[in-house]
Amino acid sequence: MLFRQAGIFHADYSADRALFPIPADRWMIGILLLLALAAPIYMNTLYLSSYLLPWLIWTAGALGLNLILGWAGQFHLGYAAVMGIGAYAAVHATRAGIPWEIAIVLAGITASVIGSVFAFAALRVKGLYLALSTLALQFVMDWTISHVPAISGGTQATLQAPDIRLLGRAVTSDAGLYYVALVWCVLVTSFMLNLRRTALGRALVAVREKDYAAAVIGVNSFYFKLVAFATSSFIGGVSGAILIGTFYHAVTPEQFSVDVSIQALAMVIVGGLGSIIGSYFGAAFILLMPGVMNSFISWATTKFGFSLGIETLAHLPQAFYGALIIGFLLIEPLGLGKIYNNIRDYLLVWPFGYTKK
Amino acid sequence: MDAISLMESAANGALIGLMYSLVAMGIVLIYKSSSVPNLAQGSMTMLAAYVVLAFANSAGAPIWAAISLAIITMFIIGLAIERVALRRLAGRPIIMILMMTLGLEIFLRAGSMTIWGGTTRPMNLGISDAPLFLGPLLINRAYAFGAVVTIAMFGFFVMFFRSRVGVVLRAISDDYTAAWSVGISVERGVALSWAMSAVVATIAGVLWSSVQGVDQSLAQLLLKGVTVAVLGGLDSIGGALLAGVLLGVVEGIASSVLDPLLGGASRDLVDAAMLILTILIRPHGLFGRHDIERV
Repeated sequence: MLFRQAGIFHADYSADRALFPIPADRWMIGILLLLALAAPIYMNTLYLSSYLLPWLIWTAGALGLNLILGWAGQFHLGYAAVMGIGAYAAVHATRAGIPWEIAIVLAGITASVIGSVFAFAALRVKGLYLALSTLALQFVMDWTISHVPAISGGTQATLQAPDIRLLGRAVTSDAGLYYVALVWCVLVTSFMLNLRRTALGRALVAVREKDYAAAVIGVNSFYFKLVAFATSSFIGGVSGAILIGTFYHAVTPEQFSVDVSIQALAMVIVGGLGSIIGSYFGAAFILLMPGVMNSFISWATTKFGFSLGIETLAHLPQAFYGALIIGFLLIEPLGLGKIYNNIRDYLLVWPFGYTKK
Repeated sequence: MDAISLMESAANGALIGLMYSLVAMGIVLIYKSSSVPNLAQGSMTMLAAYVVLAFANSAGAPIWAAISLAIITMFIIGLAIERVALRRLAGRPIIMILMMTLGLEIFLRAGSMTIWGGTTRPMNLGISDAPLFLGPLLINRAYAFGAVVTIAMFGFFVMFFRSRVGVVLRAISDDYTAAWSVGISVERGVALSWAMSAVVATIAGVLWSSVQGVDQSLAQLLLKGVTVAVLGGLDSIGGALLAGVLLGVVEGIASSVLDPLLGGASRDLVDAAMLILTILIRPHGLFGRHDIERV
């Protein structure tokens, strides 16, 4: 139907290896990009800056985590700490007068260096122990950020982030900030899309599947794990810096606590391990869920005439979110991305379902 | 810092550490039987404390009856968690299993807050506040009571693992395929270990809430529990006991020395440092088996 596969014959290798071999996909991406570019025109600024903008940045962040979790298969419980390092580095750099364009690269490099120094130590062990040591990293980072006044600006402090300046011009309008986020998200997405076709991406997948087997075919698993940690920390650090620059406008230690790490993990799990479109779905799902849940509850309370205590209202979305993780792991472990793929596969050969392999 | 007050923090630290061991024992029990690292142990502890309070306050039962009822309830909850959430994940990658226990952690924590609310409530076990002196050292009675209960639990487990059911559990933890082939029901054994771990969580929850009250911070015992469990070796109950004492003493001394220097809250830092150092230097812990894969 929509994704007509019939009549598409790839005559050479490059056509077969194209990012989007099916024209329908290319059309869809094109239309989505146009819609995204035109969003400030047709969209209310409230929706633009409080839903679309954080969604794009968190998608970029989730893609970075997906690189380490879905591609390289290494558990990372301290991703928020990495984002926090990037955020603080960028804020301090811009406050010191460094142009913002350079500051976010610095943020990425700082996050990357600290993240991989840590990974260098943690990668001597794997699986559970790696998870636990990244969790410990998160606690150490939380503690360091909040207890070293030179970083956080004092206990319980909030550091104001200076306005973003691109090529010397301050970006303060909602549309401008949105375009900054959009560009970063598109950059990360195209990097991840292309990663699948590179030697690096294939090596990471080999390491994920079985590191011994990878070693046998000549893939240095330690090196590639380290590269994966460094790359994903870079993406995380820049995403953290952009999140602060365009959305929060101020940075506090609580924005990057262990709960945020788990939230990022939930985005990847709900979206689907190793799925790019899944990261978009997962980030949207996890970000929008509390709001939708709250409005649903208030609708239900007025409709059915019961009332809930204020504490119940505060904690119900969180409980639902835990249940959601459990539910996805039990029912569809590969997440929303897999559901999307199932629908797409069905449509590819519709109405001749029996031709599916 | 004089020697007496250092010894005092060390002695109280050892008692607190024994109470950490109780949380760690729950993690060890589950890890031994099914190699599942239970990151939900902290929130199981918290849930158990809320259940005890629910029985004591709403049903009006005396505290000892409430605790027994809560133990039975948590036994069933433990069985249910294993049956619903973990059994279907057997054989899946460790990422999925870890994420599942994290999901359980969030669900149980937020679920009990949803039902019972987050204000701190006291749990009174009837332990007197009168000072207890051990030679020149001032000992906290609640910690001393907790430590005694922990040692009693350890004694119970030593006995238990010599009983018939205990031998079955040991066989499963040794080699579950072999256990299967001689007709042991591995599923039932794993379920039993979850239930027992939930019971241990109840006891830990009661002891800890008599010290600090019932609220969300009980779930943060997870970090202590995990640190102690890893330090002791993830499949050794005796290791958990000794590692608890060790962590407690180090924490007690370090926090009394470091807190004035660093401006407080150095306990969590000490925990995280212990965890990282254990994993780097001796990932199988003090008494664990030597079969941890290294890269």
